[in-house]
Amino acid sequence: MILGKVVAQVVSTVKHEAYQKRTVLVVRPVSPDGVTRKGAIVAVDTVGARENDMVLVASEGRAAMEILGYSHRIPIRSVIIGIVDRITRSNEEQTT
Amino acid sequence: MRLGTVAGKVWASAKDPQLNGLRLAVLQPVDEQGASLGSPLVAVDPLGTREGDLVAWVTGAEATFLGPGKQIPSDVTIVSLIDRLDQRASP
Repeated sequence: MILGKVVAQVVSTVKHEAYQKRTVLVVRPVSPDGVTRKGAIVAVDTVGARENDMVLVASEGRAAMEILGYSHRIPIRSVIIGIVDRITRSNEEQTT
Repeated sequence: MRLGTVAGKVWASAKDPQLNGLRLAVLQPVDEQGASLGSPLVAVDPLGTREGDLVAWVTGAEATFLGPGKQIPSDVTIVSLIDRLDQRASP
């Protein structure tokens, strides 16, 4: 999984049927201390995440299939599977 | 999945027969502000997008799954034509 911050909601009419009636959000990857990294991920929300939430994004198709309740593979890879409350880290002296 | 803008069309007469009837688009990966991220790709476009459209696309194995029992030999596929992105005013 990666950590990300929700920055936008996707509004789309024409889309693959697996995306119908789903909340699709744009997530910016962030470091554990919340610093935004380059890139933008489009992910299907399964936990009710909102803009500015820090979230956990799983990017694996088989996991997405199972979380979304399909018995066949679908063209969805990235799924928001958690909203992060807090991250604790062991001290920097470990890494320096 | 990722964001991209459709930057052109690709015509290829000689191709794998499983791609027959599917459009191909030049796809520029972008972020939510529209800024380009990396090099353009060629994507299978089952939705019939137009140049300039903002889309969501998927890579890897998931790009091959078009429907139950329907698989295509693609590694980049457009899955959503985006009308707009709803965001709060940028900080």
